[in-house]
Amino acid sequence: MTRSISIWRRAIALCWLVALSAAASAQPLTVRDDRGIEITLAASPRRIVSLLPSLTESVCALGACARLVGVDRFSNWPESVRTLPQLGGLEDAQIERVTALKPDLVLAAPSARAIERFESLGLKVLVLESRDRADVKRTLNTLARVLDASAQAAAVWSKIEHDERLAVERVPAHWRGRRVYFEVDATPYAAGAGSFIGETLARLGLANIVPIELGPFPKLNPEFVVRAQPDLVIAQRANLAEMPRRAGWAGLRALRSGSTCGFEPVAYELLIRPGPRMGEAAQSLAACLAALPAPGGAAR
Amino acid sequence: MPSLDQQRRRRLATRLGTLTLALLLAGLAAGSDGWSIRGLWETLQQGDAALIVGQIRAPRTLGAWLAGALLGLAGAVAQGLFRNPLADPYLLGSASGASLAVVLVLAASSLTGHGVALATASAVARLGLVGAAFAGALLGVSLTLILARGAEQTTRLLLAGVVVGVLLAAGSDLVTSAAPDALRGKQAFMLGSTGFLSWSACAVLAAGLLLALPPAWRLARALDALTLGEDAARSLGLSLSRLRAALVGALALAIGVAVSQTGLIAFVGLVAPHLVRRFAPAPHGYTLLASAATGGTLLLAADVLARSLIAPQEVPVGVLTALLGGAYLLWLLHRRRMA
Repeated sequence: MTRSISIWRRAIALCWLVALSAAASAQPLTVRDDRGIEITLAASPRRIVSLLPSLTESVCALGACARLVGVDRFSNWPESVRTLPQLGGLEDAQIERVTALKPDLVLAAPSARAIERFESLGLKVLVLESRDRADVKRTLNTLARVLDASAQAAAVWSKIEHDERLAVERVPAHWRGRRVYFEVDATPYAAGAGSFIGETLARLGLANIVPIELGPFPKLNPEFVVRAQPDLVIAQRANLAEMPRRAGWAGLRALRSGSTCGFEPVAYELLIRPGPRMGEAAQSLAACLAALPAPGGAAR
Repeated sequence: MPSLDQQRRRRLATRLGTLTLALLLAGLAAGSDGWSIRGLWETLQQGDAALIVGQIRAPRTLGAWLAGALLGLAGAVAQGLFRNPLADPYLLGSASGASLAVVLVLAASSLTGHGVALATASAVARLGLVGAAFAGALLGVSLTLILARGAEQTTRLLLAGVVVGVLLAAGSDLVTSAAPDALRGKQAFMLGSTGFLSWSACAVLAAGLLLALPPAWRLARALDALTLGEDAARSLGLSLSRLRAALVGALALAIGVAVSQTGLIAFVGLVAPHLVRRFAPAPHGYTLLASAATGGTLLLAADVLARSLIAPQEVPVGVLTALLGGAYLLWLLHRRRMA
């Protein structure tokens, strides 16, 4: 963990140096966002408001944390963004506060109301949406163009891949091909094979009980999970603790044998944010797998 | 020599006027840095006063009043039309229609994977939240009218409204379970918000009020006749079905416009006519106007409070209207029982 932090520090410091040298060259740039709208900026933005935690993380990973002037209420990484003004969430963004901060760019996920209002007040809004791994890379590259930080984007992406390779090596052989149920919400919603979480799990050699056809985050019939008999269950620790009390779930072999990875909220957020810490997320999953006893039965 | 009732009406009108003026000023002073006249003065000295006060606070303040007025008017019309003091303007399926449409727009992009064609999804998304909410509210009311075979019978209309409400709400629940991303947006819409009101929203709200108020006002005497009972009204030579159709039209327009700009703000429409009747019992002509003014004042007060209570954060305005209106109504009821 300390090692990964020091890598981060070095990466961020490097990004800073490049960013400072690049800041001098200011010329208009045009980017196309995920709505398909072209946004023209007079220069690389200096005052940015981010209304999505994963976008906040990406901006910081690209070394532009100091350009953030405000974030949404869920952004909590890196530590430095906690001191910034919190401007509500996507659906209840505080229009007046955001405008008073005079941002030259607002970063948001698709969510109509606030975006329309910001644009009518003359603010530039870049809408970015990440559902799968390819989206994460595209988002990172779009942000890098805006922030004039292409070199950093490449560095961030190769760090993600580096971390993921380390994670893959760490997964014990007896977990390969085992089937996992990753719970996003207790209703239950699962992370399917098509989501970025599912893609990370697949990289770690795990199979998913939720096939790609069901979409990235489908709502399941609880019976589906019981019948699927996953070899491994991953969820928030609190949800994991109450799973045996759900009707029929006490019969899940993974729960009985303790083949579970429960995460505290902050550690869990790391797993469900499609951003620059995906590699760390893979490592955190691998660490859990390495600490688990070998599963019974054979891989299907 | 004016009668006691006339005095009370005049007093209520004066109070509403004064309160509205004070609240309009307060609305300009209440901002993200809390509530203060000095703060307003300082903001006005700065360069971005035109933006912060002129483009954000002023339309928000005026818009809150206008939306509240539409809700108050719709509430008075609904209660007169159904001769039921519990009638809520959202009753005829407008609320559930609007939220279904909003959820469809929010979920449009993620539904493309679930058998919805991309072209359909993008057409829905282009409609925008505001347009969708308005269309949805009107659609909900039209469905109710079709199901009740016109506005012939009051009970039938009410029952149809309830059924349509349940069906459309189930529809939006279905959409959100397929596309959970839309849940948070739906919740924000159900809570209602005055934070996104712009000058163009104010223009739409004002146009809605200008279109809905005159027909309602013209039919006020018919509403008075209705209080005697349907048979008595018919014996006075009123064409009840045409009357109802016109009133439902005004109601749907008022609610559709208000909901499209602010979401489902609770309780203003229900409580405003009650307050008017409590302070100044009057024929419907006065009640309609005064309910609109009361609704506007109520929502504006809630909006100012929502902005200043925990500044720089905001309380959802719909929560405040329900708390304020509900608590006040309870207190009134309690006092009446004591007396």
